Amino acid sequence: MPTSTHAIRAEGLLKRYGDKTALDGFDLAVPQGMVYGLLGPNGAGKTTAVRIMATLLRLDGGRAEVAGHDVATEPRKVRRRIGFTGQAPAVDEILTGRQNLRMFGRLFHLSQALAYSRADELLRQFDLTDAADKGVKEYSGGMRRRLDLAASMILAPKVLFLDEPTTGLDPRGRNEVWSAVRSLVAGGTTVLLTTQYLDEADQLAERVAVIDHGKVIADDSPVALKQRIGGDQIEVVLQESVDLPVALPVVAKVAAAAPEVDDENRRITAPVEHRVAALTEVARTLQDEGIGVEDIGLRRPTLDEVFLRLTGHRTGEEVSA
Amino acid sequence: MSTSAIELDVDAPERRLHWALVDGWTVARRTLTHLVRQPTNIAWQLGFPIVSVLLFGYVFGSAMSVPGGGDYREYLMPGMFGMTMAMGFMNTAYAVVIDSTKGLTDRFRSMPMAPSAPVTGRGLADIVSATLDLVVLALTALVVGWRSDGGVLATLAAFGLLLLLRFALIWIGILLGLMAPNEEAAGGLFAVAFPFAMISSVFVAPSQMPDWLGAIAAWNPVSSTVTAARELFGNPVATSDTWIEQNAMLMAVVWPLVITAVFVPLAVRRFQRLSR
Repeated sequence: MPTSTHAIRAEGLLKRYGDKTALDGFDLAVPQGMVYGLLGPNGAGKTTAVRIMATLLRLDGGRAEVAGHDVATEPRKVRRRIGFTGQAPAVDEILTGRQNLRMFGRLFHLSQALAYSRADELLRQFDLTDAADKGVKEYSGGMRRRLDLAASMILAPKVLFLDEPTTGLDPRGRNEVWSAVRSLVAGGTTVLLTTQYLDEADQLAERVAVIDHGKVIADDSPVALKQRIGGDQIEVVLQESVDLPVALPVVAKVAAAAPEVDDENRRITAPVEHRVAALTEVARTLQDEGIGVEDIGLRRPTLDEVFLRLTGHRTGEEVSA
Repeated sequence: MSTSAIELDVDAPERRLHWALVDGWTVARRTLTHLVRQPTNIAWQLGFPIVSVLLFGYVFGSAMSVPGGGDYREYLMPGMFGMTMAMGFMNTAYAVVIDSTKGLTDRFRSMPMAPSAPVTGRGLADIVSATLDLVVLALTALVVGWRSDGGVLATLAAFGLLLLLRFALIWIGILLGLMAPNEEAAGGLFAVAFPFAMISSVFVAPSQMPDWLGAIAAWNPVSSTVTAARELFGNPVATSDTWIEQNAMLMAVVWPLVITAVFVPLAVRRFQRLSR
């Protein structure tokens, strides 16, 4: 039956808790070997979707196939082919890093010799050799997360689920985890990553599905998603707000759509098509008119803006169901 | 790496039992490693009964009398053993809560291991550490002058009954641990565990309590186990002639079996509800 070359394929997933609908016809197709981002606000259904695909939750409708096996009818086969990393690092705090990996290796039914050598291998791969014999209690947040990832990778699974892997980490910890994830993908693992951090999806994911109210509402590469709300933007920040009426027509002349004016920050923003020509023109004209410019530049829209456009609310806002 | 070597016949039905035992043991060994890595925990855990032995044995002991005669400290020691077993379900609940809040329970459930292993492993580890508790308590008891006059077999049978009570309470501990939302809530179980252990024949004979309280104490499963242990150790028993106290030996077996029969299905159902 496994016919697709997709690592993950979900069709019409339904999940209800009482009269609250967590997933409402959720579809997803993740090709092999890429990082796929699942992006959405709190309560949008990201975690529910991942938990269903990792065989932790039963679904109320639809079907999902992971690494070629149906999650509902062949959960054991799925479990042998996936790694799962939940929101909290799921490692034993009292054991050492090495003891943790050996234990999980045994629970994945490796022989003792293989479990031991695999533990050493993973400690090296995730740069934990120096801390291998320390209790996990003494680990930093980033180290715990890396150990957690290592434990998910014992069988070198085809598919790895990461549910908000960097929530609660400091920037350094986030970078550690990001580079660990990148090296896994280089080794051929397919990663499905949920996040509410737009920059995380931007940094790691080749494709992003935006999820809201239990449904995928957009599914594209981060670049294409950004292009949906127009290409590059020109942004001009003036020194004096009294100059705004003078500068506005200058920007409007090169803009592809009506510029937006932010009085408070003395800023004019507008989408442009010929980015460098537009920038040169605006900069020269403003200088000729003698208008003081604090900042001028081109930028691509952030995923935050994409999200706002797609859903009508920002990522930080709670969704009321 | 050699993932192909890992594609064993794990799913073959005849291997299920094998893996259920092996995985259960792996999980149990984890908890036993905790004991080795944190010996102070055992000290804390045993501190309470040891302090109680000294408090009740010496501070109150001189003012306490055993109905029907006998030395109070001889009477008290099997009670302390029973109390430690009775309160042990809190350790189980606590460990279960920590595993679910830290996500370890979910990790186990996402792995191709035997689904029963987290539970059997927990139970096995709890029985081993309860045995350790009893060894330390019995040594303390010997130091303060307690002796078993029951002979080797009866003495072992008494410890067996104590462990049987602990075994039955594992299931209550697992159920409560799965129900508790966080560690603080599990800590609050002390408010239940303390009266459960105290309103029994652990410290005082039920016949010395007000009638209504004495009846509750006499029917407390802890009392049956403690009284049976006293009989087997040849320590003062101080029982009245009510049916429940006269049949302590029988009830020390029946109670744990009833508790197990009721709470195993409840705990299993609660565990399965995790996937709802």
